[in-house]
Amino acid sequence: MNNTCVLVTCPMFTYLEQELETRFNLFKLWDHSSSKAEFFNNYSSSIKAVVGNTKVGADAKLIDSLPNLEIVASYSVGLDKIDLDKCKQRGIKVTNTPDVLTDDVADLAIGLALAVLRKVCVCDQFVRSGNWINGDFGLATKFSGKSVGIVGLGRIGSAIAKRAEAFQCPISYHSRSKKPNTNYKYYLNIVDLAANCEILVVACALTEETHHIVNRKVIDALGPKGFLINIARGAHVDEPELVSALLEGRLGGAGLDVFENEPEPPEQLFALDNVVLVPHVGSDTGETSKAMADLVISNLEAHFKGKPLLTPVI
Amino acid sequence: MAPENPSHPSENDLPYVLILKPPPSFVIFGDRFFNSTKFRFLKAYESPLPLAHFLLAHAQSVQAILSSGGAPVTADTIRLMPLLRLVVTTSQGLNHIDLSECRRRGIVVASAGTIYSADCADSVVALLIDVLRKVSAADRFVKQGLWSSQGEYPLGSKLGGKRVGIVGLGSIGSEVAKRLEAFGCSISYNSRKKKPFCSYPFYLNVRELAANCDALIICCALTDETHHLINKEVLSALGKDGVIVNIARGPIMDEKELVRCLVEGEIRGAGLDVFEHEPDVPNELFALDNVVMSPHNAVFTWESFEDLRKLVVGNLEAFFSNEPLLTPVGLDDQPHFSG
Repeated sequence: MNNTCVLVTCPMFTYLEQELETRFNLFKLWDHSSSKAEFFNNYSSSIKAVVGNTKVGADAKLIDSLPNLEIVASYSVGLDKIDLDKCKQRGIKVTNTPDVLTDDVADLAIGLALAVLRKVCVCDQFVRSGNWINGDFGLATKFSGKSVGIVGLGRIGSAIAKRAEAFQCPISYHSRSKKPNTNYKYYLNIVDLAANCEILVVACALTEETHHIVNRKVIDALGPKGFLINIARGAHVDEPELVSALLEGRLGGAGLDVFENEPEPPEQLFALDNVVLVPHVGSDTGETSKAMADLVISNLEAHFKGKPLLTPVI
Repeated sequence: MAPENPSHPSENDLPYVLILKPPPSFVIFGDRFFNSTKFRFLKAYESPLPLAHFLLAHAQSVQAILSSGGAPVTADTIRLMPLLRLVVTTSQGLNHIDLSECRRRGIVVASAGTIYSADCADSVVALLIDVLRKVSAADRFVKQGLWSSQGEYPLGSKLGGKRVGIVGLGSIGSEVAKRLEAFGCSISYNSRKKKPFCSYPFYLNVRELAANCDALIICCALTDETHHLINKEVLSALGKDGVIVNIARGPIMDEKELVRCLVEGEIRGAGLDVFEHEPDVPNELFALDNVVMSPHNAVFTWESFEDLRKLVVGNLEAFFSNEPLLTPVGLDDQPHFSG
C-alpha cells in the first residue's frame, strides 16, 4: 500500500496530508508548481488516486494527464470542481464527504442569518471601538418567526429547516422536484419562493442548471426587507447583481460564506453593516475536518483493498 | 358652553403615570411611544427639581410608575408616593425595583412577561455560534482584505454535540434549550428549584453544572443570591474548552475573574451582552478574538419594541379601567436584590 501513488491537489488540512503520507506515496501538486511538466513526465502514469477539494478538484485536464487514475476522493461534499462526465467515461470512481459536515454547514447558515438580522458583528465592533459610552446602538431585526425559504432541500437544506423550525420560522423551499414526507411549502419557481419568504438560504448543489439561480429577478422578489444567506457555492448567485442590490438598498442584507472568486470577495461589500462575510468556513471545525479527512482515507483504503466504497458518488 | 362628554374626558382629567427617566423606547421613538387616551405621563426628568422635591410637589396623588432598567424604583421613591399602586417596567429584569417595599405596600408590579424571551434566546444562540465558529472575527478578517493575503482561517469548534448548561430555566432559558436541542446539543440546568415535568438533568450546584458542560448560558435573574454566582470556581470547573454566554445581568459574573480567564486562555471564549459597569467594558476584552460583545441590547428589535408598546399601554389601560393586568408579577415568589 505504501507504494500506491496518490496526488493531493492543494493544501487542505495538515492532519489529512499526514494520514495520507503514512499510508501512501503522497505527491503534493503544489510542491511541483515550478516544474509541472517534469513532474507529470516522471510520475503521471504512477498516480492512481487524486484527493481534491473545493478549490482545486479534478478537471478534464488533470484527469487526462493521469492515464492510470482509478479514484478521485474529494475532501468536500460539493462535486462542482470534478469533471464527473470524464470520470464516468474513464471508469474512475469518485467519493465525497456527505453527512459528516451537514451539521456544521447548517449551523453556519443559521449563525449567518442571526448575525445579519441581529447585527451581531456590528454590535461587537460598536462595543470594541468604545462607542457605547457615547450612546446606545439602536434596533435590529428579530430572527424568530421570520419565514425561511430554502433552495435545495437535501441533507444540508433539511438540517437548516430543522434548526429554523426551533425558532418558529415557517419553512418553504424550492427544489428540482417536490419532496415526499415533508410538510414544508413547495415552490416550483424560485422567484415565487423569494417573493414569499423573508430569509432565502441557498443550500443546493452547483450544476449547470443552478448556476446563477439567484439572479436579479430573485433578488428583486426578496426585496429591501429580505435577506440572502449563501453557504453553497458563489456561482449560485449573480454576484454583481447582488452587490448592486446591496449598495442600492434593494436587498435587506446578506450573509455569505462563498463567492464567485475566492479568496477575493467583492470589496464594495466590505463597508456594509448589513452584510456578513466569512471565508468559506462552512465545514471548518476541528471535529468536522477530522471526520472528513477520515472519510477520505477510509474511501481510499477501501478502494485499494477491493472493498465497497463508503461514500461513492459514481 | 356645551357640557363635557363624560366618556371623553379632557386631557386634564387623565390620571398620571410617573416616569423618572426616559426609557430606551422614548430615546429611540420619541415620548409619544406609549401614548393612550386613558392616561398621561408625568415626566420627572423634565423638571429642574431634585427628585424628592418633585415627588412631594407633584406626585402625591400619582398611582402608577413606568420604570425601565435605568430608572430604578427605590424604597425612598415609593415612600414619597402615598397613593402608588402600580409599577410597570419595560425591562425583562426586576432587580431595579425594590420588590420588598412593593410587597410591604401592596404595590403591584407588571413586568415585560415573555415578550422578550424569543429575542433573548436568539441572542444566546447568535453569540454562542459566533464564539464557536468565529463569525465576527472571520467577518473582520475578510473585510480587512486578509483572506487573499493571509489565506486560511483558523478552525472553529462544532456546536453539535456540545453539552449546554443553562443557569436559570425560566421563559428565556427554556427558549434557549428548545433552540439548541435542534442543533444537536444536550441540555442540563441549574435553577433555584428543580422544575417538575422537565426531563433535562438538574444540577443543584452551578459549579457542578459547569464541570459537566461545554457551554454555560446565564439566563437567571440578578438577586442577592446570584450576585457573582459565576466566580473563579465555576469558571475553573467550566475549563479551557468551555464557553460562557451571559445575556442576563453583568453582576451575576465576577467580571474581573472572567477577564483574567479569557486573557490567560483558561476558558475557550465568551459571548457577553451585559457587563458589571455598563457602558464601561474591560478594555482587555477588545483585543480578544474569542470574545463577542453586544451593548446590552438582546431585546432591541423593532418587533420586541412594538410588542412592548402594546403591553405597556395594555397594562396601564387595564389598571386605570380596574381590569386585570396583563402581566402581573407574583411578588411572593420573587427573591430580593439589595442593589
